[in-house]
Amino acid sequence: MTEGVLTHKKETESNLEEVTKPKSFTKPESFTGKITGETEEVTLVPKKEIDIKLEADVITPDSFAGKNSEEIGNLEVWQGPRTYPLSEFFEVTGNAGSSAAETFIRIKGDAMRVKRIGEGMSAGKIEIEGSAGMHVGTGMKGGEIVVYGDADSWAGMEMTGGLLHIKGNAGDHVGCAYRGKWHGMKGGRILIEGSARHQLGGGMDGGEILVEGNVESFCGIRQNGGLIFVKGNALRGVGAEMAGGTIVIGGKIERFSPGFEFVSMENSVKSGETELIGEFKKFIGDYAISKRAKGALYVIADINPEL
Amino acid sequence: MAGTITIKNGYVFDPLNEINGEIMDIFIKDGKVVRELSAAEMKDIKVIDASGMTIMPGGVDSHSHVAGAKVNAGRAMRPEDHYKANLQKTSLTHSGSGYTVPSVYKQGYDYSTMGYTTVFEAAIPPLEARHTHEEMHATPLLDMGGYLVLGNNFFMMRYLREGDMEKAAAYVAWMMKTHKAYGIKCVNPAGVENWSWGKNVSSLDEANIHFEITPREIIKGLTEINELLGMPMPVHLHANNLGHPGCYAITKDSLKISDGVKTRQDMDVEWAETKIDPSRNRSVYLSHLMFNGFAGTTWADCESGIKYVADYINNKDHVVTDSGCTPFGEATVMTGDGPAIHDLYTLTGNKWSNTDVEMECGSGVLPFTYYKSNPVHSLQWAMGLECLLLINDPWKTIMTTDSPNGGPFTKYPEVMTWIMSEAFRKQTFSECHKWANDRSTLGGINRELSLYDLAILTRANPAKTIGMAHRKGSLGVGADGDVTVYNINPQQLDANNYEALLRTFRKAEYTVKDGEIVVVKGEVVSLPGKRTYYSDVHVQDEREKEMLVDVKDWFRYYTVGFANYPTPEKYLENPTPIQVNGER
Repeated sequence: MTEGVLTHKKETESNLEEVTKPKSFTKPESFTGKITGETEEVTLVPKKEIDIKLEADVITPDSFAGKNSEEIGNLEVWQGPRTYPLSEFFEVTGNAGSSAAETFIRIKGDAMRVKRIGEGMSAGKIEIEGSAGMHVGTGMKGGEIVVYGDADSWAGMEMTGGLLHIKGNAGDHVGCAYRGKWHGMKGGRILIEGSARHQLGGGMDGGEILVEGNVESFCGIRQNGGLIFVKGNALRGVGAEMAGGTIVIGGKIERFSPGFEFVSMENSVKSGETELIGEFKKFIGDYAISKRAKGALYVIADINPEL
Repeated sequence: MAGTITIKNGYVFDPLNEINGEIMDIFIKDGKVVRELSAAEMKDIKVIDASGMTIMPGGVDSHSHVAGAKVNAGRAMRPEDHYKANLQKTSLTHSGSGYTVPSVYKQGYDYSTMGYTTVFEAAIPPLEARHTHEEMHATPLLDMGGYLVLGNNFFMMRYLREGDMEKAAAYVAWMMKTHKAYGIKCVNPAGVENWSWGKNVSSLDEANIHFEITPREIIKGLTEINELLGMPMPVHLHANNLGHPGCYAITKDSLKISDGVKTRQDMDVEWAETKIDPSRNRSVYLSHLMFNGFAGTTWADCESGIKYVADYINNKDHVVTDSGCTPFGEATVMTGDGPAIHDLYTLTGNKWSNTDVEMECGSGVLPFTYYKSNPVHSLQWAMGLECLLLINDPWKTIMTTDSPNGGPFTKYPEVMTWIMSEAFRKQTFSECHKWANDRSTLGGINRELSLYDLAILTRANPAKTIGMAHRKGSLGVGADGDVTVYNINPQQLDANNYEALLRTFRKAEYTVKDGEIVVVKGEVVSLPGKRTYYSDVHVQDEREKEMLVDVKDWFRYYTVGFANYPTPEKYLENPTPIQVNGER
């Protein structure tokens, strides 16, 4: 771990003093789910270019559990108005473990045109050695998903537990509520090593989203709880209509939301087990609509002198 | 032979014929119940063996919101209501989605799956009648009809204020024909008109702006006109101050207005055989009593006032009501009562939609969730069940959730089970906020309704109340061949085993519509045609002409031309007019 830091308290005690502003946060060393010695690995290798995107919510340790490679290959995915067996698009090798927790799915290749990977999964692990299509990890309850490339929009939509680790960039609506819904992500962690786009954490109720890069508009819109930490810059509308929860912006906010009120200067930010050291301006809001807003917005002080 | 079938050996519950669990065979020929079938006819027809099962007439829902502009607004504003509740297309059925506001197809299938065959849309704004009929047209499997919203209509208010009952009656008759509507709906009389100026009315004698007419005058006028014309059903009244603590008082007073109005149902129809008089004897049909039944002064001290209204209904014979139960969970509130929805918006901050339908009425829509943990919501749950359990005579009350206001109609199995099983009520009490018990009388009620009572609340009485008992809600000779077969053996019925009851009510073993099997074990298996009913009311031509002079004159203020106002019959699936003789 380098200097600076948003992390779990216990892990950082040794180098707290050196920190002046946040530069990174810890990545999980191993995922939180229980992978035991009996874990079985299933490998999916893409067979061909996919034209119409697949609705592949069957790619989860939960639906693979207890099945052999042939049975897994026979699981049905939707493409447009038709269903096909998974084996139409992927070479399936290896058998799944007897439970979701004992199942490890490795997608060896790009899955940008495969939607809903890991939807609703409760345990186990998925690694995608490429990019993931829309809705990766939607509603996931436990286990871990690692995306080595980018993730398309709606990653981790309404997730309640587990870890979604995106090593590249993410699209819009990370950890967000579905269209028209009030409540987004309720638990778990989303880690993005690159940048994310609009409406990250919309309607978020709990859990953590950590972004190393930048975000664009309306990060934390209608947030009610949980923590969003963005190491880089934000474009505008940060925390719009938020009623609770915490947002930390470690870079520049291009256009600051007008419904926030300055509270104090803070030397550290605490949210649950996570503590961040640095000089922050603390705001409460968004008062644009609610009179009883409880959202906390921390903005790094030295990069945002005009606030 | 299409529409010919025998249902054998089931326990039959047919309250209009006073049949309480007798083992009988039901014969249906060409879509109508007949006394028997000849040996030759029996040869090549379908036979359902219903041994050990319960047979009831097809379910009749006299108050649901399933078609029209505000239902569609609900669908459009609630994408989140659709993505988790969806239905895959089959070779027979259409795809569909939606939980509280399902698409029209899903709605039809879901109702049929539960054993319902007849559903009436409880509020058609006149200007939106075409749209309503288009949606009813597209709803499969259900016989339908709708009530025309007239309580805040410019012409109604004007004629009633002028005391010109003849013109008012001619107007109602013309409007029913014009919009192919079935009955009269009256929503927050005088109040919705004030809503155009951001106001409401709060007492029965408070006159509204411009028209200077009071809720009392509107209720009195409409109920009298209803009888003058001989309409099939009583005025469907959504009382003032709905959803406000203390509103039970104005509800009770509103009911008193039509006490003494002599009922006159004058329809030219073929009546099916029934043992008890199937004609209507109520002058007012109060909608969703639960929402109209709060006591107290604020949300902090509110409590159930259902017992006061129930007492009144128990002692009088001119009122019938439906319950408007709230079975917890997601709902979408939608009503012609714009100000009531605005109140809910200020209370919840949820997204909402509000419409002023020109000179005719208004409406509002807002998503809502009833939580067991919420004191008021838990109280509302108890009040809804009180509406069904505190009214002694089941012929005075009807089971509804005012779908989707109290909850979607797909929650009817829960409501049915609560009223039949004290154990299920206790189970729910243990899960919800203590207000449910502390501020209502439900906890002290040990009444458990029988299958016979249930057949009254969900079939016989809704049909009788809305004047459809001549063909619906009974299995007498001449009635429509609409039958529900539930997999319940009444001899072994155990009200404590509420899980089993829930399962059976959710999926009828068979639903038969016009003698065709449409549902088997909760699966739709055929899609015969359906009908749309409306009242074809006759008044003297001269009166209609005089009235039309006024209407045409005012049409310059409408956004549609006079010629484009009516809904032609082609908008209706299998239009079935009911001749109402009026003054003829």
